[in-house]
Amino acid sequence: MPDATGLELIAQDLRAIHPDAVLGTTWFREQATVEVAPAQLRAAAEALHARGYTFLASCHGVDYYPEEPRLGVHYQLLDMPNVDRICLAARVTVEDPHVPSLCGIWPGANHPEREVFDMFGVVFDGHPDLRRILMPEDYEGFPQRRDFPVGGEPVIFTYNETQLPGWTQ
Amino acid sequence: MTVSDYRRQEESITLSGEALSQELMTINMGPHHPSTHGVLRLIVTLEGEIVRDVKPVIGYVHTGIEKTAEDKAYWKAIPVVERMDYLSYYFNAMAFCGAVETLLECEVPPRAQYLRVIHLELNRIMSHLVWLGTSALDLGAISVWWYCFREREALLDLFEMSSGQRMHTRYFQVGGVIEDIPRGWAQRVSAFTKTMRARADQYAALLDKNEIVLQRLRGTCPLDEATLLGLGVTGPLLRAAGNPWDLRKAAPYCSYDHFDFKIPVGTQGDNYDRYRVRHAEIYESCDIVDQALAGLPEGPFITEDRKVALPPRHELATSMEALIHHFKLVTEGFRVPPGEVYYPIESPRGELGCYVRSDGSSKPARVHMRDPSFVNLQATAPMTRNSYIADLVATLAMLDPVLGGVDR
Repeated sequence: MPDATGLELIAQDLRAIHPDAVLGTTWFREQATVEVAPAQLRAAAEALHARGYTFLASCHGVDYYPEEPRLGVHYQLLDMPNVDRICLAARVTVEDPHVPSLCGIWPGANHPEREVFDMFGVVFDGHPDLRRILMPEDYEGFPQRRDFPVGGEPVIFTYNETQLPGWTQ
Repeated sequence: MTVSDYRRQEESITLSGEALSQELMTINMGPHHPSTHGVLRLIVTLEGEIVRDVKPVIGYVHTGIEKTAEDKAYWKAIPVVERMDYLSYYFNAMAFCGAVETLLECEVPPRAQYLRVIHLELNRIMSHLVWLGTSALDLGAISVWWYCFREREALLDLFEMSSGQRMHTRYFQVGGVIEDIPRGWAQRVSAFTKTMRARADQYAALLDKNEIVLQRLRGTCPLDEATLLGLGVTGPLLRAAGNPWDLRKAAPYCSYDHFDFKIPVGTQGDNYDRYRVRHAEIYESCDIVDQALAGLPEGPFITEDRKVALPPRHELATSMEALIHHFKLVTEGFRVPPGEVYYPIESPRGELGCYVRSDGSSKPARVHMRDPSFVNLQATAPMTRNSYIADLVATLAMLDPVLGGVDR
């Protein structure tokens, strides 16, 4: 992990891409997170890739409900030779859930980004094949959002024979 | 005509597609296909017998475990998280507990760490045994399956003895393990590792000189290290291509740095190397288990922080404070400071990472597993493109996806 100072140095370098690129840094439990503006995500990822974080370990979606902007996408990047990890995060609103896809840098981002789209409805612009991956294709809603109810499936067997007697005739 | 003559005839067929003027055919393989190791559906585009494209379709056993975990107190989420990758339940529990312990800044006693290592490595052997047995079955050798499952049975008996369950044991707790090992367990584990090494020799004797196995594995469906890294592939698949990346060595967790073990790597990155790497890992896991048993420290098996771990049963009769702690833990659970952590460990299939976000309550606000099978599955198409459909079956076996982990 870069230490707290190293994280600030990385953030400083990312600000060179665009003055508003970095929205904040978090140093928590010895883990470094740098939050960037969604529009600068791709450029920031390329800069971190050039710094040695060449392996995409994981991609998570997260819903910060009721905070705004609600939806978050986290890319866990790994520098294998230095055994160094950093988390690249971006947050978008439910109304405009667009972030650039990182499939161009890491082909392995394909399935994880599809999962985040499937579960949270984050749209990855430039993704080669953005479809639902775990839920059925015709599923409506994004089940991992915090306001999505558990057990909210429509009831198939309503046993309404008593209300509608004789409907079979 | 010997088998090698067949192979020479096969190799005389050009794979470039120029000589083949057949039209492409798209067929469905699975989800109810025995060689897909679960409910994996592959949409395979074939030209004759040659695979031109593979598209995996997943989600058939998606059960919303991550959503379920958000509705449970941290310690009650362990059993559901364990059920993701159903062949490496200790690893799922370890990743989740590790993430929660990082959030809590909870110290795990040395004895608990060693007990965890012993169970993790036994679980790794068990997972590799299931992989080896089913893979050999896919290649047409049923006897290896019986042998592997005989050893797996012995392992499950050991798990049953230490925790009362054969699978999904819920043995790991936040802060340690639920119980100390019973009397006589260590001796049985030592006896098992001794047998296991001899049995692993036997598997090698059965498979390594088997013409059919060699022809179907050697040189089939290799993939280079750079492509694998781009696809995010980790674990034995990456090590088979020559990259010795193993989190147990690279970023030791759970006192793995106390043990002396080797990381088997391959050279070609073909199916044969994938088989050899996993087979060699069985021996290394046996070594780790032996060392951990020999150096098992004395002391508590779970943290003595009463805010996290349940007090011992006998204290409840005499101590009011213990009773209150017990009541609070069982009804509400412990609260976790707000924050987000990612805790990666080396599972039998690669990097298993658990991301946990806490909002300060006693239930996780988000649990996400970076399951290695889910990511590794993306390598199916690059591996098998322009190879025979029979090699697709062999590659799928060597890929070792567990669909419970893929779909979660």
